[in-house]
Amino acid sequence: MIKIENILKSFGDSIILKKISTIFEKGKTNLIIGQSGSGKTVLIKCILGLIKIDQGKIQFEKSFLYSMGQKERAKLRQDIGMVFQGSALFDSMTVEENVIFPMKMFTNKPKDEIVERANIAIRRVNLINSNNKLPSELSGGMKKRVAIARAIVMNPKYLFCDEPNSGLDPKTSIIIDNLIQEITKEYNITTVINSHDMNSVMEIGEKIVFLENGSKKWEGTNKEIFKTENQSVTKFVYSSELYKKIRKVYLNEQDNN
Amino acid sequence: MKLFLHLGRYFLMIQKTFGKFTKWKMLKNLIFREIDDLIISSIGIVSFLSFFVGGVVAIQTAINIDNPLLPTYLIGFTTRQSMILEFSPTFISVIMAGKVGSYITSSIGTMRVTEQIDALEVMGVNTYNYLIFPKIIALTLFPFLITISMALGIFGGYIASINGGFASHSDFIEGLQLDFIPFHIFYAFIKTFIFAILLATIPSYHGYFMKGGALGVGKASTTSFIWTSVAIIIANSLITNLLLT
Repeated sequence: MIKIENILKSFGDSIILKKISTIFEKGKTNLIIGQSGSGKTVLIKCILGLIKIDQGKIQFEKSFLYSMGQKERAKLRQDIGMVFQGSALFDSMTVEENVIFPMKMFTNKPKDEIVERANIAIRRVNLINSNNKLPSELSGGMKKRVAIARAIVMNPKYLFCDEPNSGLDPKTSIIIDNLIQEITKEYNITTVINSHDMNSVMEIGEKIVFLENGSKKWEGTNKEIFKTENQSVTKFVYSSELYKKIRKVYLNEQDNN
Repeated sequence: MKLFLHLGRYFLMIQKTFGKFTKWKMLKNLIFREIDDLIISSIGIVSFLSFFVGGVVAIQTAINIDNPLLPTYLIGFTTRQSMILEFSPTFISVIMAGKVGSYITSSIGTMRVTEQIDALEVMGVNTYNYLIFPKIIALTLFPFLITISMALGIFGGYIASINGGFASHSDFIEGLQLDFIPFHIFYAFIKTFIFAILLATIPSYHGYFMKGGALGVGKASTTSFIWTSVAIIIANSLITNLLLT
């Protein structure tokens, strides 16, 4: 569980996050959605401690991020897996070396065991015959899979994904979404996904936090988002005719039942 | 004011570089890779430049001492002094600010743009130590490169003098041995070592704190070259004033 309370962050005169509070639950895929520039990435980076907040509290289980000592924070970091928007794979390393990297850096396990665990993670993301390939030889979807494998190889308690579907075709996007959701359930981790992909919202949004201009305007589940009358959410989520129709069909079905 | 901000951030970066250390097993591999990328791969260009500049210094000295009263052994003497005191330590360093410096800035800058540095930070890696420390250690071998430059520069001067008929073998060797002050070698290595630290840290700073996308990487590389060269020239002036006057 990750609890954030009254997060305030500004850059110069512009306030990017305006007192945001929410709870990201364990074993669930928590989505942060909103338009580009609404503060989603800044919020994730604040939770990760990559950007220092001006005010507020960030709590991982019972520990507060800004009250932790260096050792405690270093330990927490090893419990965090992150999938970046552009995958952020190390260019000079092969797929296997990328996945091995966190284990090599933070554990003293024998080489065989490290390679075995890396291969389990690589197989888990359904990446076959790619161990010796460099990131430049991989497609966008494959890179995302490697990034997920690298993020889960240390058995993290928290998984963060910054727009995991950006640049992917709809079919691959669904595969990646489902993979993240399966992993969340399988490892019972707290997953926080930053997205503006409506398919992800409908498919895997077990908890959705909607941001607009740095403020939290709504939160709920993917079932509740169909029923909400919140103008900001409906304007954003049902901006296309297709999604308006989907909503109509869903609500009609609910009425008939 | 901005200069103070950069200076403060630069020194904090150096402090953090010597903070929490990366596992030795990984650091060792990084150091060897940096030695290969920064030192070994520069041997060719440094040798080529030094050999020909040494030759040109010898020829120009020979042309300018056309007075028959001036001994031809001065060609060897001037070539030695020029190479050891200035060309090899200072100008090879400025040239390396272009080659090695822009490589360092662009490689770290690209890692910044593609969020690889963020990925390392999320994992809990001290990115300053992981990225910059191996470069500093690799560049402590820079004096080795400068030794090659000095030797090849003098050899270039010798070949040019003999082939051009400007000096005989014995005159050139006599010039090389004339008034030799071993402290000059020490002075050259002291400044080379300081330039090596500047060569490793200033481009790293520009890469690490760069802003923007691919264009930003190019811009950071250019800025890094300018500031590394300026720092080398200023340091050269200070060290020379301190050690030779």
